[in-house]
Amino acid sequence: MAYSDKVIDHYTNPRNVGTLDKAKTNVGTGLVGAPECGDVMRLQIEVDENQVITDAKFKTFGCGSAIASSSLATEWLKGKTVDEALAIDNMAIVEELALPPVKIHCSVLAEDAIKTAINDYRVKNGLPELEMAKSHH
Amino acid sequence: MLSLPIYLDNNATTPLDPRVLEAMMPYMTNLFGNAASRNHAFGWQAEEAVDYAREQIASLINCSPKEIIFTSGATESDNLALKGVYEMYASKGNHIITVTTEHKAVLDPAKHIEKMGGQVTYLQVNDKGLIDLKELEAAITDKTILISVMYANNEIGVIQPIREISAIAKKHGVLFFTDATQAVGKIPVDVEADGIDLMAFSAHKMYGPKGVGALYVRRKNPRVKVTAQMDGGGHERGMRSGTLNVPGIVGLGKAAEVAKQDMESDNARISAMRDRLERELTTIEESYINGSTEHRLPHVSNISFKYVEGEGLMMGVKDLAVSSGSACTSASLEPSYVLKALGLSDDLAHSSLRFGLSRFTKEEEIDYAINHVKEAVSKLRELSPLWEMFKEGIDLNSIEWAEH
Repeated sequence: MAYSDKVIDHYTNPRNVGTLDKAKTNVGTGLVGAPECGDVMRLQIEVDENQVITDAKFKTFGCGSAIASSSLATEWLKGKTVDEALAIDNMAIVEELALPPVKIHCSVLAEDAIKTAINDYRVKNGLPELEMAKSHH
Repeated sequence: MLSLPIYLDNNATTPLDPRVLEAMMPYMTNLFGNAASRNHAFGWQAEEAVDYAREQIASLINCSPKEIIFTSGATESDNLALKGVYEMYASKGNHIITVTTEHKAVLDPAKHIEKMGGQVTYLQVNDKGLIDLKELEAAITDKTILISVMYANNEIGVIQPIREISAIAKKHGVLFFTDATQAVGKIPVDVEADGIDLMAFSAHKMYGPKGVGALYVRRKNPRVKVTAQMDGGGHERGMRSGTLNVPGIVGLGKAAEVAKQDMESDNARISAMRDRLERELTTIEESYINGSTEHRLPHVSNISFKYVEGEGLMMGVKDLAVSSGSACTSASLEPSYVLKALGLSDDLAHSSLRFGLSRFTKEEEIDYAINHVKEAVSKLRELSPLWEMFKEGIDLNSIEWAEH
């Protein structure tokens, strides 16, 4: 299948690859997917005292679309407040990367990774856990 | 000068050999007759060319030219063999035996037979991809009419113990069919010595054209018949109607002749390149060769690179045309059923690449492939959370993965 230029760009030059210290209280980690499904995404955010995401890192085991989706997610996360980040919808990722229908799964995974990372941050900071919509895939 | 991309997917299809094209050309231009036209020179010339191709093929697989039924390819040959035997021998029994690692062109007709009321036993393979002969023999009942075991596997290149299988079939008076699509033209296949009753193969896997193949159907000891799956002019001894694809058949014949002549020297060179590719790639940490390396086609290698996903890796080796054991492109996201049948865990099955070399593969292409794969695996592992966990000594099985 022919990927869009944006997918190829993110795959070839992934943004924000790396690891944040998950022990820190201002770092939230979201690990989603499973090795046997062929994709695992780990997304991390670092949040300042104003609830602004100052850094985001990812590592992904998966296809080109999964790598591109998580790379794009980290770009979008930086500079947003935690609440703004919560509003990121997987369909926005699908549109931005022009993912084909069989790859929508990768964008759902990215959205779940964002929400899981935010939840991890919230729990660490004594905030109530968010209601996670059970993803349908 | 290296030309990119490099084609290393010769199990999917092979390029046409220029010698084959040359033989075909006249039959695509002025020698266009219908081989079934008995009344004029155009027809006679075509028929003569088809007869000659039968001899070339018969010489490659050691049969009589009369035992070759031309088809559109191996898929049709597989269908004709399974369904044709099932219908022809229904009075004797309704049970067939096959293997879980067969090509879909065998497994799907087997399912069709089940829908028609037949019984099918699917044998498992061991971690090398080989069947257990005792299990095979134990599966035979007085209703068994056919054993269908592929000669060599398309994903891992593993060669089944064909002579032992045919001996068991013969002992129990059961017909033995083999889908030899990946084997014919690549390794010596001798229907007499191998004890094969029916055999499917295809031109485009042996440097011939696409759209033409054959089914070998034994005429003596025992005399085998199959019920035609297409009704019409009664071509090919009534077993396969349809105007013969004369240029294609000429190409298959020539491909068989070239294969017979060049096989030994081709294989010496190809297997040396394959072994070097494999030696180099398995220097990569946590890489594993899939299937038996002892009973295997000389040009195939299937390797899993743990902690890297196959489709992502294919994108990383964009200058190589290879195939992945991962089926991430399909909606099902299921990894290869062949690799799963070897007992590979899902993550390893998701992490494999299949390399298929050919008569036309060059040394410098292998050099390039080695470096390209090494770089891509290394780059993707830097991106892989699983690789990081592995390096930190975290047991991945201890993690409660979110189901997706």
